[in-house]
Amino acid sequence: MSGMGKNAVRLLIGSQERRGLLASIVLYLTLAGVSFVFLYPILFIISGSAKDIYDLSNPLVRWVPTKITFDNYVKAYNVLGGFRTLGVSLAVMLSTALAQTAVSALVGYGLAKYQFWGKPIFMGLLMVSFILPPQTTFLSKYVLFNNFKMIGTVYPVLLPSLLGQGLKSAIFILIFYQFFKMAPKSLDEAAFIDGAGHFTTFWRINLALAAPAIVVVFIFSFVWNWNDTYLTGTYFGTSVNTLPLMLERFVEHFRKMYPTTAENQLLRLNEGLRMAGTLLTIIPLVIIYVLVERRLIESIDRAGITGE
Amino acid sequence: MKRNTVSKLTGLLFVLPWIVGFLFFTLYPFMETVKYAFNTVRFLPVGIAMDYVGLDNFVSVLFKDPDFLLQLPVFLMQMACLVPMVLVFSIMLAVLLNAKIKMRRVFRAIFFLPVIIISGSVLENLQINDAVSLSGMRTFFIYVFIQEYLPGFLSRVILYIFDNVVILLWFSGVQILIFLSGLQKVDRAIYDAADVDGASGWQKFWKITIPTLKPFLFLNAMYTIVDIANSSINPIIGFIRQAMFQLLRGFGFAASLTWLYFGLIVVVVLIYYLLLGRGEKETKINRKRRRKKDKVRRGFLRPALISSGSLAKNAKGGTAV
Repeated sequence: MSGMGKNAVRLLIGSQERRGLLASIVLYLTLAGVSFVFLYPILFIISGSAKDIYDLSNPLVRWVPTKITFDNYVKAYNVLGGFRTLGVSLAVMLSTALAQTAVSALVGYGLAKYQFWGKPIFMGLLMVSFILPPQTTFLSKYVLFNNFKMIGTVYPVLLPSLLGQGLKSAIFILIFYQFFKMAPKSLDEAAFIDGAGHFTTFWRINLALAAPAIVVVFIFSFVWNWNDTYLTGTYFGTSVNTLPLMLERFVEHFRKMYPTTAENQLLRLNEGLRMAGTLLTIIPLVIIYVLVERRLIESIDRAGITGE
Repeated sequence: MKRNTVSKLTGLLFVLPWIVGFLFFTLYPFMETVKYAFNTVRFLPVGIAMDYVGLDNFVSVLFKDPDFLLQLPVFLMQMACLVPMVLVFSIMLAVLLNAKIKMRRVFRAIFFLPVIIISGSVLENLQINDAVSLSGMRTFFIYVFIQEYLPGFLSRVILYIFDNVVILLWFSGVQILIFLSGLQKVDRAIYDAADVDGASGWQKFWKITIPTLKPFLFLNAMYTIVDIANSSINPIIGFIRQAMFQLLRGFGFAASLTWLYFGLIVVVVLIYYLLLGRGEKETKINRKRRRKKDKVRRGFLRPALISSGSLAKNAKGGTAV
């Protein structure tokens, strides 16, 4: 009897080798609780966007709508501009991410593998440009692009990215720098002896091995550029419409598309519609994330961002 | 030409796009913004006209215009509360994820999800709909208790964290991953040795885990500061863009506002550097890792051959010398 009791206690409290049942319960409850807080806004949007106007104003309906409506999604889809906007966003952001990744790889490689005049200065400036808020240079860049009549085109975002000065470019260059710094030198030497030039060594050997860094930088560049509405909002104006920008102007567009009159009071903009719009903007990113999640997180580990 | 010279030039060639870009898109605009800050800027059909006004713009930002001073406390609150809490939470979550748990991948994916979807307009829509603060929490006993009985300053800080708990977690994704991969590089053998010596979980956490994460603390603090300072949850950011195109304030005003803001961020980074980055003693674990790295680099050891056993022996030999 006492032996059984001892076993039960051990099962509950655990021993040095095994976690007890109690500790496990606490651990998983904590993880579940934190996950809930993480997902709370998303659950909130999903639930809110499926509610019709009656459910939204009914204080008794909290999470589960009495009747699921797809009306909000249809309207939000129209207001956001549908697949046209999605196409524009994808085209602009994929090309920006591609440019940023390619140039960051080149610059990171040059800094990691070569010794040349002024390199410490460049490294220092790179670090400074990491802390420098984009707003400090934003004003005069606006004037600069305005002088070249580039406001309202994609160039104010694409050109700096092509020259390593895009959004958070410093981080991307540092990721590649760190990665190439760790890559074994012996491969380069072997390639050199076999008669490979500098560029071949970069392209065929180092870049081929740099898949983790490329994945991380490309995904982050894409996502961060996609989500930035501060700079793009001012540079693109109203002529290049990406999804997040359309979301920002959701209210305005909605009023234009569905004007309120005395008869259709129910057409008023409600929270359900806004949440449906928010959900539709997030969905493309979530799809991409689900597709690349495993590879992305493995790559972050292997790309050596943490310094080893 | 000598091979050495060729190699130097090639290196420069690789970095050239960045140098050109830096001159055109960072240094030149940087200088221009400095100029704007001391001028009144007017847009003309042929370009811009500037009238030198000295420090007037700075004076009006600091003393005449009420908005900056109104928004400053919010920013300082974010820097003083949000940043340390993000660090604490991301350490805790990294430690939790590092434990032997089932479905680790699922939890990790959930914790990282906000990094992917967070954007100004999404956050704004969430805030409007009151989706970022757990509104249910306000009716809990503890919330009311803190509000009623704790001294004003303390309760304001705690309630601020309560109200912004979602924001807090949503800004921790990258930091969690960095701490987590830092934790995964700790040799299990160290924990085993501590177990043999009878260390409790609490002791292991403070003597092994925290020293391991110390090198990443300042890195993560800096990332968090820059991240929050440039995100749309920051009132000053929105104010700068607003002021740019206002008739009464204009570019000059916005420029000096930006410089003051930049100065503020630098000061905050410096404070965190003094708190976290300085006087980092080389711990035993660090030394061991450095030795291992040096050996790998010199080619004495192939990474695949390093097992925990041989490493532990190496470290012992190393510290004894």
